[in-house]
Amino acid sequence: MKLRNQKTGIVAAVPYLLPSLIGMAVFSILPIVASLCISMTNWSGMTRVSIFHGFFTFVRENFLGLQNYAAIFQEKEIWTVLGHNAYFLVLYMPLMLVMSMMLAVIVGSDHKAVGVYRIIYYIPVLTSWVAGALIWKWVLSSQYGPINDLLGFVGIKGPAWLQSEVWAMPSIVLASVWKDMGFYGMIFLGGLQSISPEYYEAAKIDGANSWQRFRRITLPLLSPTTFYVMMLSLINAFQIFPQVMVMTTDAGPNGVTQVMVERIYKFAFSFGKMGYAAAYSWILFAIIFAITIFQNLMQRKWVHYE
Amino acid sequence: MNKKNWMLTFLFYLLATAIALAMLVPLFWMISTSLKTKGALMALPIQWIPKMPTLDNYRRLFSTQGFIGSIGNSFIVAAASVALTLISSSLAAFAFAKITFRGREALFILYLASMMIPTQVLFIPLYLVMSEMHLTDTLTSLIIPGLFRAFAVFMLRQKMMTIPNEYMDAAAMDGASLGRTFIQIIAPMCKGIFATLAIILFMESWNDYLLPLVMLQTNSKFTMPILLSVMSGQFKNQYNLMMAGALVSMIPILILYAGAQKYFKAGLQLGGVKG
Repeated sequence: MKLRNQKTGIVAAVPYLLPSLIGMAVFSILPIVASLCISMTNWSGMTRVSIFHGFFTFVRENFLGLQNYAAIFQEKEIWTVLGHNAYFLVLYMPLMLVMSMMLAVIVGSDHKAVGVYRIIYYIPVLTSWVAGALIWKWVLSSQYGPINDLLGFVGIKGPAWLQSEVWAMPSIVLASVWKDMGFYGMIFLGGLQSISPEYYEAAKIDGANSWQRFRRITLPLLSPTTFYVMMLSLINAFQIFPQVMVMTTDAGPNGVTQVMVERIYKFAFSFGKMGYAAAYSWILFAIIFAITIFQNLMQRKWVHYE
Repeated sequence: MNKKNWMLTFLFYLLATAIALAMLVPLFWMISTSLKTKGALMALPIQWIPKMPTLDNYRRLFSTQGFIGSIGNSFIVAAASVALTLISSSLAAFAFAKITFRGREALFILYLASMMIPTQVLFIPLYLVMSEMHLTDTLTSLIIPGLFRAFAVFMLRQKMMTIPNEYMDAAAMDGASLGRTFIQIIAPMCKGIFATLAIILFMESWNDYLLPLVMLQTNSKFTMPILLSVMSGQFKNQYNLMMAGALVSMIPILILYAGAQKYFKAGLQLGGVKG
């Protein structure tokens, strides 16, 4: 049914879309275009450049083409930096998956008092990264921190965590798992709750114990959620920033915690290499984009929903 | 209850409690440290519970230049960006869900595509855009990007799609304009999503680090996370003061969480937005 006085068409829609469209033009499309242009110049960031007046003249005069990108890949640094992100990921993802799945199983069980646990597990998610990172910096203090105190209690001499080349990245992983596992746990909980209880009842009747039920029912039926969480944390691993900035000033001893976003920030605002930094940020985007595409393809192919 | 079940329940609580305690250690340490004197801070063996607790750090914290202001700044930025996003996104969502126009699907796909580009990629040109508009080092630079939030539009559109078109037709029949239909009928039906979004967005803004780090320069403009990170450079090793600051910065979100747990949960299930 269509009523005569029911307004449709672009004229009716524009007033409603306008604020959001202006926002998109100014804070999304314009920055994307500007950033692509800047990534092809040798702009230092020190000279003033206006995006609205003579921007394209400026770009033409300082045009480098893809030289920034070529330069990035000619240097060893990008591989080292990506290696750091990958190292973070390799330590972070398994630990986070196991822990957050465990939290979901605990909170999703029908035991009494799980409400209290739910609240406790979720508190780190609510904390800002700056507060969380400051707390962890102090918790991991080699002399005055509780972690090394507890380790000393069982006879282990704890390392100088953030001051150590070996332990700086694992420290950041530890803090990140602490901060994120409640978040991913809640996503897992959603997945758990969508599994029909009938499966468990049938399995119980067949005499399956709780480990068998978890292994044969929960894990396979949870696979769409697990995949989603893995992809989210994969993207997240390439975006880590505040924890690195706050916990390891100057990216740790010997730069062992230099990561993508930290590099982009420093190139742009500390080292006066805006063009180079912009190119770097598009490489980061390419990685995130590839992960997203992969996720969409796999979700269609591999994960089956009920 | 048989013996085996009793054992399993015991193991369950043992594990659940062990994880909870492990997660609480850093928070406990924050509170404990914030109550320590300078001497107790570096005392060995470490004092898990301060022998002479003091509130002096909190007094010092609030008299630190810019601290109280940063609380205000954080509140202004979070509240204003929530309001701006909700207004602008609900209007756009209304157009996408309830007004048919040419190119609607294509435009919506553009919105969805824009979600793939995170701030971590765009902060450099965003800085330029703001500096072009003479907005760097203002709170406005942190608020106005809220005009365009594709995920908020997406969530609100989802909800509005579930509202039967009969409501629209009935309103039109009664002679209500589109605007009135939006304000009096559609918007009130989205209250739950508004609340959920408001909480997600408030928390995101309150805890944000990257954007304020890039935009703000003067102490009087700092939001709490930025002020805290700057203070941690200034007051090296004064962890009693820093832990007091960390605790104070967490309180508003904890209060919000206590009061609106339901919406936090809904927010996670809908959006998967991370702090």
